[in-house]
Amino acid sequence: MNALPMLQLQNVSRHFGGLKVLEDVNIEVPEGGVFGLIGPNGAGKTTVFNLTTGLLPTSGGTIRFQGRDIAGMKPHQITQAGIARTFQNIRIFKEMSLIENVIVGMHAKLRYGAVGLLAATARFRSEERRARERAHELLSWVRLDHKAHDVADNLSYGEQRKLELARALATEPKLLLLDEPVAGMNSGEKTELMHEIRNISARGYTIFMIEHDMRFVMGLCEHIAVLNFGRIIAQGGPDEIRNDPQVIEAYLGREDESEVAQ
Amino acid sequence: MMEALSTFWVIHSNLILSLGTNALLALSIWLTLSCGMLAMANAAFMGIGAYTSAILTMQFGWPFPAVILAGMLAPMLAALIIGLPTLRLSGVYLAMATLAFGEVVRIVIINTELLTGGIGGIAGIPTSTEWWHMLLAVVCALFVLWRMRRSKVGRAFEAIREDETAAGLMGINVGANKMLAFILGAALAGLAGTLNAHLTFMIDPKEFGFDRGVEILTMAIFGGIGSLVGPVLGSAIFTLLPTVLSPLADFRLMVNGVVLVLIVLFLPNGIWDPARFKQWFGRKQGART
Repeated sequence: MNALPMLQLQNVSRHFGGLKVLEDVNIEVPEGGVFGLIGPNGAGKTTVFNLTTGLLPTSGGTIRFQGRDIAGMKPHQITQAGIARTFQNIRIFKEMSLIENVIVGMHAKLRYGAVGLLAATARFRSEERRARERAHELLSWVRLDHKAHDVADNLSYGEQRKLELARALATEPKLLLLDEPVAGMNSGEKTELMHEIRNISARGYTIFMIEHDMRFVMGLCEHIAVLNFGRIIAQGGPDEIRNDPQVIEAYLGREDESEVAQ
Repeated sequence: MMEALSTFWVIHSNLILSLGTNALLALSIWLTLSCGMLAMANAAFMGIGAYTSAILTMQFGWPFPAVILAGMLAPMLAALIIGLPTLRLSGVYLAMATLAFGEVVRIVIINTELLTGGIGGIAGIPTSTEWWHMLLAVVCALFVLWRMRRSKVGRAFEAIREDETAAGLMGINVGANKMLAFILGAALAGLAGTLNAHLTFMIDPKEFGFDRGVEILTMAIFGGIGSLVGPVLGSAIFTLLPTVLSPLADFRLMVNGVVLVLIVLFLPNGIWDPARFKQWFGRKQGART
């Protein structure tokens, strides 16, 4: 057991005016493995990601990444610290080729200065070559290497999601946030992506995902937290979650309501 | 033969040299456009460069190389100061803020008569700019921008242009990169202003107003901002056009406006659009097989 969790949200809340989107949320994502966050639509799941990646400030509570408080850090600083994410509504760079998309993710890792850039020094060339090779490797992880020089806009929906995954990995994250990675995919694509996420997890990345697809979540995640109306209502392994009365209530409605009706 | 050539040069040298000035101006706005910013302060930066350099030459007797350097540094400093509060604005709000800045610059020039000669401008600037100064400036600018495009800086600009939020989450410092584009654009505009001031003998505040700003934008958009060729080509056509269509001189601004509207409607990527060329070429190939 590691002493420090990968990501720790303590009493985190986020209000939009009078609307309490998140209230006293406590989540602990341990290092390694796949952690799932589920909940009905509008429960506040994506807001958790937006707070964690610095797109929104919290209204209260603290978020720690490997023990370090990330309050006030800008998105690019949080990315450089080691958190990467994908989006529910895909946000790849459509006019760039696949390989350029991935290399953009390595921006902060390319070590050369203005002189190296202007004079195309040996350092510059070796850094750019390394980036290109690494980008091909990452594209092959999601089986898109054969399309490396295509324009990203021409990819199918499922392929765009996988490109976004490769691009997120290019930032060399320790923690990877996936926002509904299989939304809009057919079952064949889902199975394929499940394999790819397992492989990525096996390579040592910690994965924290939001997902609606119960089968997908139950099949992949060792730990699951359930969010409903901005509060965590249950946490535990897949079996615990499946049998938790509060979770069943949140998803299916209360059992005794139907009894009363009878 | 040599005589004919030198006669040609005497008649057309100003036109040829303004090709260079306009190429630098189009490249200066290309920088901010390539980063997704519609900043309209380039005419003002050109004016700051022109006035700074003219004053340093005439009142302080600085040598020309130092004057050129100062003519670039002054607008860069101005860009840094106005960029801090305005670059977080997006789209049309940034355009409005930078246009307002341009007006402020123009009015300051008019009202500091002792230094700038007010509305009458400054006359009698030594014509130190040689043809090769201009050529060298354009070549250097193109080289620097070409190198940038093929590096992480160029990719960062492109990423910011396509999706600012996603770019930030790729580890790109969005604010710093926008500032870099803005400041480098100001330097190029200042260089254009400096070289042009030491070419045309006199400058006055009218040259650096709203009309000039729109003209700079039109040149870049007309040529196309997808590559470096576009702005250079666009600026060349726009420099030569008034000579060819001299009977229409009175309608020049109108023609500029009409061209801008037509381009945005029918060729949104400008006339130099490699993707479209590829499409045409590809179609021909397909027809052949």
